[in-house]
Amino acid sequence: MTLAHQTLALQTLGLSKSFGGFRANSDISLCVARGARHALIGPNGAGKTTFINLLTGVVPATSGTVRLLDEDVTRVSQQGRVKRGMARTYQINQLFADLTPIETVGLAIAEREGAGARWWSRVGQNSAVVDEAEALLTRMKLGEVMMWRTATLPYGKQRLLEIALAMACKPKLLLLDEPAAGVPEDERHDVLDSVEALPQDVTVLLIEHDMELVFSFADRISVLVQGQLFAEGGVEEISTDPRVKAVYLGEDAHV
Amino acid sequence: MLSKPPSTRPLGAQAPSPAAFLQARAAWRWPEILFWISAFGLILLFPNRHLLLNEIAILGLFALSLDLILGYAGIVSLGHAAFFGVGAYAAGLLAKHGVSEPVTGLLLSGAAAGLVGFLASFMILRGTDLTRLMVTLGVALIFHELANRLDWITGGADGLLGISVGPILGRFDFDFAGTTAYTYSLTATFLLFLLARRIVHSPFGLSLKALKDNHLRAATIGIAPNRRIVAIYTLAAVYAGMAGALLTQTTQFVSLEMLDFARSADALLVLVIGGSGYLYGGLIGAIAFKLMKDTLSAMTPAYWIFWMGFILVILVLIGRDRLMATLARPFAPLLKLLGARRP
Ligand SMILES: Nc1ncnc2c1ncn2[C@@H]1O[C@H](COP(=O)(O)OP(=O)(O)O)[C@@H](O)[C@H]1O
Ligand SMILES: [Mg+2]
Repeated sequence: MTLAHQTLALQTLGLSKSFGGFRANSDISLCVARGARHALIGPNGAGKTTFINLLTGVVPATSGTVRLLDEDVTRVSQQGRVKRGMARTYQINQLFADLTPIETVGLAIAEREGAGARWWSRVGQNSAVVDEAEALLTRMKLGEVMMWRTATLPYGKQRLLEIALAMACKPKLLLLDEPAAGVPEDERHDVLDSVEALPQDVTVLLIEHDMELVFSFADRISVLVQGQLFAEGGVEEISTDPRVKAVYLGEDAHV
Repeated sequence: MLSKPPSTRPLGAQAPSPAAFLQARAAWRWPEILFWISAFGLILLFPNRHLLLNEIAILGLFALSLDLILGYAGIVSLGHAAFFGVGAYAAGLLAKHGVSEPVTGLLLSGAAAGLVGFLASFMILRGTDLTRLMVTLGVALIFHELANRLDWITGGADGLLGISVGPILGRFDFDFAGTTAYTYSLTATFLLFLLARRIVHSPFGLSLKALKDNHLRAATIGIAPNRRIVAIYTLAAVYAGMAGALLTQTTQFVSLEMLDFARSADALLVLVIGGSGYLYGGLIGAIAFKLMKDTLSAMTPAYWIFWMGFILVILVLIGRDRLMATLARPFAPLLKLLGARRP
């Protein structure tokens, strides 16, 4: 038990969320091993985004427990969870429209380093922060546009910035909510490549509809249907599971 | 992708380094320098307008203080006069009870307003714009009523009488033309502006912008909003209080008018005219607002409020930016150089 515990990046126990009478997540118990590439799939409205919101503390759980790296964080604030190593992206972009990518990422790095509230120094003076931000943005193929206003970036670049911003928090556990959703075909590769290129020491929980990406990326897959865990297993197991095919993969999936 | 000119990159062949790009935001531009040289130059010019200029400087500082919370942190307020009033009464009471040196009075009054702002800030931490409007309005109404009721301290509806303000730093006496007053208010405004400018270009200032821009994402990258909101709200209250203290000291009178709702509204109107979020909006807006008010009330003493309202409605409906762009094309690049977004 203890041994199993120590190798878990994330564990939820009976996690549930009701909106009024509607149970968006019910009784979800999920384990994500450290260093895993875990995918969470399921039809639209299954409650995947709600699950991420519960994990990160954006919305409080109705009941159940969230454990991050062997610590109960159910009642820890969003910021506290970030400090403990959890970062996420949003399915619908949540960026700072008026800021540039270099400012956006710099902000997160400065915050992480405890330098985010300095009021006497100038933005850009802290070369450790600027250098790290520049390196990260370049790595994320945002080097060309790092001085653009975020609102003017092409959609694919904004999706990349979502991931870069989460990575700027130096997470131990990264939650990606449909990173490639809505990205036009010509920009899609950049996003998929960035997801594939995520460092191995970061545990990733990926929500995605693109089955090609899921099957090539994940080593373990959980299927969520109507707020409940429906199936879980290795890629082979899930991709050949007839029940999963029936409820989810359907005819339009690229399997 | 490169064929589309990025909006924030300066024109020119070579892109600056990220550090240079970021620090360039805080660099002084020549229109700013020109602005302050002109403002101080007016001490020598137009000696018969110094009383009006003094009022403009004070209104500018007051609006600048509102800009700190509205333009940078996105906190709306309908009751900013509460802090102006606290500072004004504090300065009056200090002068009446023995602390007659203005700079000392100014600092203490700012501290008093800051203390009130600090306490009030906890009420606006949570909630929507609407609840913030109501809470700030309510706080200002309470202070207005307190000043009215506690007439044995404040003089109530008659105002605080018997204020005697000594010479500044024991050396510069106030004169009837208002030259000392304007010099004093402008100097205070300038120094406070420098501090504000420093702060808005700091990491702290940037995090405020982020909070304003996207509260959810700010939390997601670990920014805890409360302490920062308390800090900027307190600072804004200090500034507003100092503006109030300046008015008391330079007019040697305090009345309930200092706490009027109309004063809070004026500050908002000034920012509507001048724009928010680039620090000069309050100062430029104050100039335009006072001159408009002065001109209109001279032209049509009975209807100036109507015309003032009319102009403001036009301004809001058409949009200050578009109006500026069409009516005052030569003025627009200047605003842009001062740092206004989308002039
Ligand atoms: N804040 C909310 N209030 C009410 N219902 C919500 C809220 N958030 C999500 N839901 C509902 O919960 C269900 C699951 O939504 P979501 O988690 O976004 O699904 P998915 O990400 O799997 O598509 C949907 O029916 C949605 O309408
Ligand atoms: Mg979703």
